[in-house]
Amino acid sequence: MEISKEQIKHLAHLSRLELSEAEIDAMQGDMSKILDFVAQVEKLDLEGVEPLTQMSKSVNVMRQDEVANMISKEDALKNAPDANSDYFRVSKFGKKV
Amino acid sequence: MSSIYDTYEPVIGIEVHVQLGTKSKAYCGDATAYGASPNTQVSPISLGHPGTLPVFNKDVMNYAVKLGIACDCTIRERNEFARKNYFYADLPKGYQITQDTTPICTGGFIRIKDALGKDKNINLTRIHMEEDSGKSIHDIDPFNTLVDLNRAGIPLLEIVSEPEIKNGEEAYSYLSEIRKLVRYLEISDGNMEEGSLRADLNISVRKKGTTKFGTKVEVKNMNSFRNVQKAIDFEIIRQIDLIEGGTPIFQETRTFDAAKNCTIGLRTKEDAHDYRYFPEPDLVPVMVTPSYISEVRETMPPLPYELFKKYTAELGLSEYDAFVLTDSKAFALYFEEVIKHTTNYKGATNLLIGPVKSWLNEQSVEIEEFPIAPAALASIQTLVDEEKISISTATQKLFPALLENPAADAAALCEQNNWIQQGDSDQLGAWVDQALAAYPEKIEEYRAGKKGLIGLFMGEVMKYSRGSADPKKASALLREKLDA
Repeated sequence: MEISKEQIKHLAHLSRLELSEAEIDAMQGDMSKILDFVAQVEKLDLEGVEPLTQMSKSVNVMRQDEVANMISKEDALKNAPDANSDYFRVSKFGKKV
Repeated sequence: MSSIYDTYEPVIGIEVHVQLGTKSKAYCGDATAYGASPNTQVSPISLGHPGTLPVFNKDVMNYAVKLGIACDCTIRERNEFARKNYFYADLPKGYQITQDTTPICTGGFIRIKDALGKDKNINLTRIHMEEDSGKSIHDIDPFNTLVDLNRAGIPLLEIVSEPEIKNGEEAYSYLSEIRKLVRYLEISDGNMEEGSLRADLNISVRKKGTTKFGTKVEVKNMNSFRNVQKAIDFEIIRQIDLIEGGTPIFQETRTFDAAKNCTIGLRTKEDAHDYRYFPEPDLVPVMVTPSYISEVRETMPPLPYELFKKYTAELGLSEYDAFVLTDSKAFALYFEEVIKHTTNYKGATNLLIGPVKSWLNEQSVEIEEFPIAPAALASIQTLVDEEKISISTATQKLFPALLENPAADAAALCEQNNWIQQGDSDQLGAWVDQALAAYPEKIEEYRAGKKGLIGLFMGEVMKYSRGSADPKKASALLREKLDA
């Protein structure tokens, strides 16, 4: 199943990835193969089969509403590529709408 | 006179996000206190670190079911979660955990008043459970955006209305009723200024009589109900003016500028939303069984519209009185206690809406801090109803005295201060005779037509009785004797 270059670019943009032309070509090949592989499912007769959304059959795994397992601000910020003493720091971007 | 504006019909839908008042977040144990210093209520889960797994907070389901019951929704048994994918710095996982195809509540409605004060129901499309994002701060550091993830993962209920709202006043009423409901249910503080209640508007207009929707515009960033109302009223006129001027409306997101009272277009999106929803594999489904719903139903507090109906239909109070009494749950529950001790509902209402509310306003406190117990407030009304004290003695003397000394017995206070009015006709008769005897010439003037002199005699009666004469009975007796 062919995926277009435009679709690759669109997907890359949604993930904020910058791909070179060569990378787009490679990605186009890989993605097409993945789609072909998954498309085999379409050959099956799935009449009346509910979509599988979970591998396990368990339900209602829930926790009590209690505060637990927080980490310190210092620990929270220490792996960030950029931070000041209180906040994660990222490059200026447009306000979300 | 009909104007061009009257030939259009606004079509407005509202998406409300209610931040739930749980102690911990929706999918991890981080605290949720408002105003904590940045990035101090976080964990590897809310930070979106690899290898972490969310676990659902059961109170989120409980709160959603409560709201669903209160709004007469159909509550779904099998609830699944979905990932809504988008890239943004305050969304560390790269997706929001929400519900897509299986919202916990569908249908149902909110009871509002329309612009003419008439009852109207706004139908709901759905209510679903999801999580909040973190906060991006654009105005502290001039060169960077700062991110605080305390809010990331706080549970939200998103309430989506059908596009049935017609104007700003209906939107105001709709939001007020939702806030009242979530406060009665104690599932959120409903505080718009602190962001625990947020409203996004979808507004379009169409020519009356047509069925095709106009192009809709989204309006965001209003921090008060009044601003929502103003944004709608502005936007309706703006859209009609554009259409009448021959300019088509284009789909966009606008923000409300509270300083200028207008909406402003934000940059249009290059791409339409493409959230690529898919089932959240990290969370197993939540089953809301009919027996669970019945259990929750048992614990439901009285709801504002139920109390409103009781006060108007059963207690015979006016809609205005019922509206004021039910505005806050604590106030309504106080009234509920009062009317266990008196059946003079109107009298009790007048005390609450009058002197009690004034005192609360003066002190700027809520009814929880009101010192007089409901039974004691009821006893004030009973003393008035038994004609032991006048209403003015009740509100101007007894009420302040009880505020000073809330533990005191109202009747005893009246005895001690000689406020019990004399209704005994022998005693009243003696004072009336005394008053008349003091001014024989005034009796003649009265009988010659100077009826205003009754006030002079009443003053005398009050003087001899030291203010304890029942004014109604005393004046009746005076008239009887003077007109004889």
